[in-house]
Amino acid sequence: MHIDPSLRRFGAAGLAALMLGAAPAALMAATPADTLVIADAIDDIVSLDPAEAYEFSGLDLNNNTYDGLVEIDPATLGMIPGLAESWSVADDGTTFTFKMKPGLTFSSGNPVTAEAAAWSLQRVVKLNKTPAFILSQFGWTAENVDAMVTGSGDTLTLKTDKAYAPTFLYNCLTAGVAEIVDAETVKTHDVNGDMGNEWLKLNSAGTGAYVLKSYKPKEGYVLEMRPGHWRGDAKIAKIFLQHVPEAATQRLQVEKGDIDIERTMTPVEVAGLAGNADVTLAQDVGGQVYYLAFNQKNEQYKNAKFLDAMRWAVDYQGMADTIMKGVVVVHQSFLPQGYLGALDDQPYHLDIDKAKALVAESGIAAPQVKLSVRNAADRMDVAQSIQNTFGQAGITVTLDVGDGAEQLKSYRARTHDATLQTWGPDYPDPHTNASTFAENPDNSDAANNTGYLAWRNSYDPGEMSAKTEAAVMERDPDKRKAMYEEIERAHRETSPFILMFQQARNTALRSNIKGFYTGGAIDSAAYWLVTK
Amino acid sequence: MGNIAIPQDQSRSGRLARQIGATGFSLLVTFVGLLLVTFIISRVVPIDPVSSILGERATAAQIAAARLRLGLDEPMWWQFWVYVRDALHGDLGLSIRTREPVITEIGHYFPATLELSTLATIIGVLIGVPAGVLAATKPGSLLDQAVRLIGLMGYSMPVFWLGLMGLLLFYGQLGWVSGPGRLDAAYDMMLDFEITQYTGMILIDTALAGRWDMFANAFSHIILPASLLGYLSMAYISRMTRSFMMNELGQEYITTARVKGMPERRVIWVHAMKNVMVPLITVIALSYAFLLEGAVLTETIFAWPGLGRYITDALVVADMPAVLGGTVVVGAVYIGINMLSDLLYRLADPRAR
Repeated sequence: MHIDPSLRRFGAAGLAALMLGAAPAALMAATPADTLVIADAIDDIVSLDPAEAYEFSGLDLNNNTYDGLVEIDPATLGMIPGLAESWSVADDGTTFTFKMKPGLTFSSGNPVTAEAAAWSLQRVVKLNKTPAFILSQFGWTAENVDAMVTGSGDTLTLKTDKAYAPTFLYNCLTAGVAEIVDAETVKTHDVNGDMGNEWLKLNSAGTGAYVLKSYKPKEGYVLEMRPGHWRGDAKIAKIFLQHVPEAATQRLQVEKGDIDIERTMTPVEVAGLAGNADVTLAQDVGGQVYYLAFNQKNEQYKNAKFLDAMRWAVDYQGMADTIMKGVVVVHQSFLPQGYLGALDDQPYHLDIDKAKALVAESGIAAPQVKLSVRNAADRMDVAQSIQNTFGQAGITVTLDVGDGAEQLKSYRARTHDATLQTWGPDYPDPHTNASTFAENPDNSDAANNTGYLAWRNSYDPGEMSAKTEAAVMERDPDKRKAMYEEIERAHRETSPFILMFQQARNTALRSNIKGFYTGGAIDSAAYWLVTK
Repeated sequence: MGNIAIPQDQSRSGRLARQIGATGFSLLVTFVGLLLVTFIISRVVPIDPVSSILGERATAAQIAAARLRLGLDEPMWWQFWVYVRDALHGDLGLSIRTREPVITEIGHYFPATLELSTLATIIGVLIGVPAGVLAATKPGSLLDQAVRLIGLMGYSMPVFWLGLMGLLLFYGQLGWVSGPGRLDAAYDMMLDFEITQYTGMILIDTALAGRWDMFANAFSHIILPASLLGYLSMAYISRMTRSFMMNELGQEYITTARVKGMPERRVIWVHAMKNVMVPLITVIALSYAFLLEGAVLTETIFAWPGLGRYITDALVVADMPAVLGGTVVVGAVYIGINMLSDLLYRLADPRAR
């Protein structure tokens, strides 16, 4: 075959260009020794200002650049002193006193004072961004917060409008929104009275083990260790988090050793990496729960026998072992594992005969369920399994598949019949889920209480509402725990909700990586204990 | 001669002015049409942008306040007018989700796409054109069949599959290239602090700074996605080149040239190629514009922070200012490249002048 010589040159040049690209790749294989490289999908981040950050990835970052008055131990998930060394509550139950740890500084060098802590909490309430309700639920408003939250010397005083359970306040203070910012530094970045909100969106001013060096939305961030952290210096000097949206890509990177930790994993990656000697797989739980909800505007969902029949017609374990393997674990109460008072027992399992008998007892002939499902693959799989097992029990399920936002709209307007949903807790206290699943102050259409899942399903929990309100005021932690357990039992036996799963979270780590904690259901990731 | 030439020139420049005016007008109409269509689509889709920013817990009052703040309670035609007016002033609004100016965000993502698609197009042209010419000169030969087969594969294989397989082979197994992202972690951390980013295109910025180590690293990251996209455009370009060249080689002037004893190389690369260039410019321009829209799947697999992913991510959370802004930029690029190819067309074909 004759090839034109000019073409040969073309070909050679092209080949050379390709080879040129190939050569340097081999030079950089392992990650730098002083840097922890993490791949995760972090496009959920809206803001890094602790008063505004309310997405998983942003909270993970902030957990390493800021501290709260009360902290969570990453390894045990128990509550420990943070920037406050001790605290107490007065007999009236509404005045809380926090004694600040002496000698702590922000990354700027400014001292951590009770005044700075007070300003941080006041700032959250005044800015009133999405997570502000976690603090304002203690009766704090933009008008009164300067009087309710005060700092002087080494003492921070918090006044609440009612005598809440002290654990309720302490748990809420471990949330990201209650992280303490460097008041002096942030004030210098005030633009048009925004209390430094614009600046803090992309910068950090905290006491954490790391300082934010750079953040590029949807690309990644770099954290740099800050010596002299009160929990002890971080073990690794730099954190580099690369935004990699595709889980399969992350898997290749962790296999190659180009990243140390892979955080976005589907069951495919879990199965694919199992048995790889260079990679360790770790699983723990996240806070999200998966549930079915039935709108009691449809009278059949008030029938106790029928509700019970459906509870026995779900293949909980079967789904967790197959289509949802590695994604969820079976969990049948509304408080996720890790929460005060969470019930981890599993009273229900698939029992078609029992379900059939209960349908017959209910007196509902040929029951129909119209189940709204988001058009996502995993949701569809779960819905089809339910359709199948309900069908075996004599309940005909039709699936109404649609866009998530659209379905949420109809759910909030309570025009759905039945729906498959997930719910993530808002803050690390049982009240967050109890108050939405088991409380409904006004079931009328006019009330429009869309924040309550009970309202969205036209469900009046009766005395459970009062019990939930009592639990959030109970000052004895053990009694409080028992109250939530009682509410959860009653709820799962009588309500039009079927709790099925809790989210499982998988992490793949290069085998030399130790000491990485994700924070489980109640906290966020901790980088400062990681060694490599 | 001069007496005749002057009025001719005047008429020619007059024609040119009219052409420019007409182009400008059609450009404006195209723009507004583009805005209108995307705007309508963005309003008829049953996605509520407010719920995507406020989250599940929002109260009815918070939702109403947000609607007011975002101007969503204004009449539709007024919202559209405001959008067009601002767009013509270079203001594409704020992203609902991040509250950053859309134009700033696009300014950040577009260079990554520009860098990737330019390199891809260069690869596509350097391989596609010669391959197409060779195939045309030996129709039915083994070489022709091979070019056809390779082209067909480029058309028919899903790009995400090709991308994953490419990563698996060249990055995972062979280790010839670097993995996803634009740089290795170590370099990526340095980038913002050690390099002045004039263009946002890392290859150019690192070359300007003389940081050849970083340049080589960036090149080893970009070469695989660029080759992949280059392969797709090569498939198209080679098929079109072959067909244009076949057409030219059947013309009488080619026979004449051959009869005159002109070397075959000159017949093909000078005489025939000149005429093939004209339609080929359009083909290359179209394929370049297509890549500049951003190849969403490729960008996702290769963790490439480009325009396609920006628009898709925005779409998922119903961030309509970002979607509309991205669409306007893509539209502008399309129109720009069409104008450019028009210009090249005129240069290549005297009859079009």
